Amino acid sequence: MAKTHITTTVNGDEYEVLCEVDQTLLDVLRDELHLTGTKEGCSSGDCGACSVMVDGRLMCSCLVLGVEADGKSIDTIEGMADGDVLHPLQRNFLELNGLQCGICTPGILIAAKNLLERNPNPTETEIRFWLAGNLCRCTGYDKIIRSVMAAAEEMRGN
Amino acid sequence: MTGLRYEAPENLNAAMALLGGAEGSARVMAGGTDLIIQIDNEMIEPDLLVDIKNIKEMRSIDQVDGGYRVGAAVTGMELMEHEGFCATWPGVIEGVSLIGSIQVKGRATVGGNVCNSSPAADSPPPLIAAGATATIVGPNGSRDIPVEDIAVGPGKTSLAKGEIVVAFNFAKRPAHSGEAYQRFTPRTEMDIAVVGVGVNLTLDGDGTCIAARVCLGAVAATALLVDEAAATLIGTKVDEAALDNLAKAASAACRPIDDKRGTIEFRTDVAGVLARRVALVALERARKN
Ligand SMILES: Cc1cc2nc3c(=O)[nH]c(=O)nc-3n(C[C@@H](O)[C@@H](O)[C@H](O)COP(=O)(O)OP(=O)(O)OC[C@H]3O[C@@H](n4cnc5c(N)ncnc54)[C@H](O)[C@@H]3O)c2cc1C
Ligand code: FES
Ligand code: FES
Repeated sequence: MAKTHITTTVNGDEYEVLCEVDQTLLDVLRDELHLTGTKEGCSSGDCGACSVMVDGRLMCSCLVLGVEADGKSIDTIEGMADGDVLHPLQRNFLELNGLQCGICTPGILIAAKNLLERNPNPTETEIRFWLAGNLCRCTGYDKIIRSVMAAAEEMRGN
Repeated sequence: MTGLRYEAPENLNAAMALLGGAEGSARVMAGGTDLIIQIDNEMIEPDLLVDIKNIKEMRSIDQVDGGYRVGAAVTGMELMEHEGFCATWPGVIEGVSLIGSIQVKGRATVGGNVCNSSPAADSPPPLIAAGATATIVGPNGSRDIPVEDIAVGPGKTSLAKGEIVVAFNFAKRPAHSGEAYQRFTPRTEMDIAVVGVGVNLTLDGDGTCIAARVCLGAVAATALLVDEAAATLIGTKVDEAALDNLAKAASAACRPIDDKRGTIEFRTDVAGVLARRVALVALERARKN
């Protein structure tokens, strides 16, 4: 069976990829495009480590087929900083210890960014519900939530 | 190297031709949140995936004759963002908003949730309580059936080979009617229903219940529409006595399994408790409407 040729935009750059139908978007990002910032935790939609945006919509890339990315625009963690300048979410996670091992962090940052794009002033409860699909084994979540709230406040101020 | 093929047709006829003409087994794919996991686990080994998300009429939410027609491939998030639908059918939205995380709801469709036929799925009980019908097209034409006639057992539907659920239809909501859905889970988010209950009821001008539908999830092989439970409400003011009878009838209808999430005894008891709670929410909404 021939591989399928797709054209997809990742973080604003267009890529041509040959992929198998049973490769997930997570596989394509990591193994074909070598964008390994997006992490694999469970491959069953439970952990959120693989979160990306597809046409602005937050999804688990382990539950999207690579072939479905044809003609779509994908945002991953690699596109979050502006060159050397970290996104306010990234900076606040660093300053407020919103991460320990860091495996969950790319997914959480993408999910949080997606939330703040839709709702610049979320309550703590809204943040907790929005991030319920992102599991973290290290931090106990509290510092993650505080980092998101601090980033949101900073971004509203600008 | 796999032989799995993928097609994403732009109209229903092309989708049906693909499903009908396929050698080997073909599967409809919507959000893939069940399907991709089942393929990964080799629970199913299809030869062809027919992605229905590019079919426009399956992606739209339209007002029809004062009611709603919701394309079967509309995602959970899309439905939750539709203000008009949310205001009219809050119970359906309560079910849909429980389908996994934001990430999962960004992909998962109501059509897939119903067609996957999990006894614990969260959208079937409120859809069934709402009296929604499904429009199905296939090699033999088009038909409308009640949503409760789709699932026949865990993972099994009444759909014939090549049939696709195209849309769900919700009739115009009568005055003084309201519905609600709740489930019991150990965790508030990202868990599977131990029991789920949808209730839809209509009152007359004096507050007497003149119509009701009660549907239980996760307590039998499919979601159960329980006429005996609905009958306990009809003709009453949905007072304490009626709610006691409702709880008894809901518990009596349960045929649950014993598993790590809940014993038979627990599920049976909780079904009654939850039916009463959900009926009160539906009542409150009916009075305001
Ligand atoms: C982490 C996680 C948590 C979850 N939590 C919940 C939960 O709390 N509650 C809950 O109810 N569900 C939950 N789910 C399951 C839920 O995501 C699915 O049931 C989903 O709604 C299925 O929709 P889909 O569009 O992804 O369907 P798919 O996976 O694409 O399809 C599912 C099945 O339906 C068939 N199908 C799909 N659309 C049609 C159609 N239009 N016509 C005919 N056949 C069709 C497919 O062939 C397949 O057999 C969870 C899933 C994950 C991964
Ligand atoms: S790897 Fe995708 S959700 Fe865990
Ligand atoms: S920081 Fe280790 S999993 Fe979250």
